[in-house]
Amino acid sequence: MPDTMVTQNKTGDSPMVVDDRQNGLFKVHRKTFLDDEILHMEREKIFNRCWLFLGHASELPNPNDFLTRNVGGKELIFNRDRKGEFHAFLNTCPHRGAMVERQESGNSIAFKCFYHGWAFNNNGNYATRHQKGTYPENFNHDGCANLVSVKLEQYRDFFFVNYDDGANSLDSYLGDSKMILDLIDQHGPNGMEVVGGAQKYSIRSNWKLLMENSYDGYHALDTHETYFKYLTDAIGGPAEMPKITNVMDLGNGHASIEGDAPWGRPVAKWIPAWGDKAKTEVEEIKREVVSRVGAEQANRICQLGRNTGIFPNLVINDIMAITIRTFYPVEAGEMNVTAWALGVKGETREFRKRRLDNFLEFLGPGGFATPDDVEALESAYRGYAAYKLAPWNDISRGMSRAEGEPFKADDEEQMRCFWREWNRRMGGE
Amino acid sequence: MAEQNKATNAAEQPLARSAYEDFFFEETAMLDEWRLDDWLALFTEESVYEVPRAGAPDNADSAEDLFYISDNYFRLGHRVKRMLDKAAHAEWPRSVQSHLISNVRITGSDEQGVHVTCRFITKRAKNDVTDTYAGHHNYILKTIDGKLKIMSKRTFLASDSLRDQGKVTIIL
Repeated sequence: MPDTMVTQNKTGDSPMVVDDRQNGLFKVHRKTFLDDEILHMEREKIFNRCWLFLGHASELPNPNDFLTRNVGGKELIFNRDRKGEFHAFLNTCPHRGAMVERQESGNSIAFKCFYHGWAFNNNGNYATRHQKGTYPENFNHDGCANLVSVKLEQYRDFFFVNYDDGANSLDSYLGDSKMILDLIDQHGPNGMEVVGGAQKYSIRSNWKLLMENSYDGYHALDTHETYFKYLTDAIGGPAEMPKITNVMDLGNGHASIEGDAPWGRPVAKWIPAWGDKAKTEVEEIKREVVSRVGAEQANRICQLGRNTGIFPNLVINDIMAITIRTFYPVEAGEMNVTAWALGVKGETREFRKRRLDNFLEFLGPGGFATPDDVEALESAYRGYAAYKLAPWNDISRGMSRAEGEPFKADDEEQMRCFWREWNRRMGGE
Repeated sequence: MAEQNKATNAAEQPLARSAYEDFFFEETAMLDEWRLDDWLALFTEESVYEVPRAGAPDNADSAEDLFYISDNYFRLGHRVKRMLDKAAHAEWPRSVQSHLISNVRITGSDEQGVHVTCRFITKRAKNDVTDTYAGHHNYILKTIDGKLKIMSKRTFLASDSLRDQGKVTIIL
């Protein structure tokens, strides 16, 4: 790799990303967040080519279950057919385009368009009878009247779609981030499940800022001062940030930060606020994890926590609770966020409540932390309006560390992983 | 024992509807005027304040469903403390709000207290953006030492997401 990599913006002559390894400087041009042509390029080169998170197997436990979801700007049906096989279809009638399923979820052996009544089996096949002579004898011999399938692959219980027929396999795309999904899946002996619906909200800012923010270990104490004050009271001692942290470059633009944080974890780190009975239960859960996956992996599951970004827009926070979060640009300055909670299948009501409490007290639109992140992202976006006079974001923190010295979570290497991949995909052809 | 329970668990006697209306008008004034310590004092120490996710049914359960807010008195106290803290960036400088209450109905009473429901519209303005929250509150209220106290307040949003508003950083 060259010492300096500069990508020219096709719309002009200013570079979008400056990766100056010799001088330890990494800069991103603020136009990157504002420009409609860049957003258009992102839709073509990123959202239409990368593997995008669709859903979790636990959301469709039975044959004929379905849900509808907008992924990368396209309306999809994610479902299981009569045999239990998983499918992803574009939720648009091949006849004149109306959505063939308009409910958020349900169980159905077929989909029927309300506009002209075209019907489809839940394996996507056209299933309407017409009077003889209405259509040619060989109508639909090429499948033109079937629902359009979308490329669908899974790793463990995580399902992803890809709109690019020529895309590499999900397995190779995920690279080392599979290790993070393994850790998540091993929290419980019977796997994991999505719990109790989704939080859907919006942020008036550019989508890439939320990716940065989701594994930014540098902002925590300043942005989330009030949460740490609350936590100090809740855990009955000073809520200090971890002293030792890791940054993992997981390849292909994916990255994670890992550390030992001060909050309790349902699996399985006790805090005094939960009481003595919970202590016994947490220790029992921990013993089960150790016996199942070994001491080292159990330590990562129970004691440490991680914020992971899977390129381009899947965030998994395995911290005081486990979130799955995706977000898509509505326009350059607005994104829609969807966040789900993952819990251990079969955990007790008490622990489930503890997990959801942990989730909403920090995360989400009513939490003590996320709204302050949102304020920061929206505030930055307003600042970018002056990009011609103040053109650069600085993402150099920790870049000059000596050869071999590991990056820390409050460095910005994980963001540089994202931006290098973004840069490659946007300018590399 | 059963008889004793019956005696101590007698249903709370409802007051006239106007008493609850006056109570809500006073509560909304406290919120509009950011007198949050006064507002917190309306709650008992056993109380809960909950905002289930948009579109959730009235019987949504915070042990099974993902909420926006599910505060016991301890966390509610911290929520107020946080909102009054300059470091609560989402509410600093603080937003301008207007809470409207209407359609007040007494829907029942039991040993927990009187169940009262009302509809609300709350406007919040900050950074030159005005958001509207609409929905209904379900209260359980009890007269303690001659004063109405909140045993439980659940706020249901009449929308299917927070795509418009983005967040709930105020008391609705």
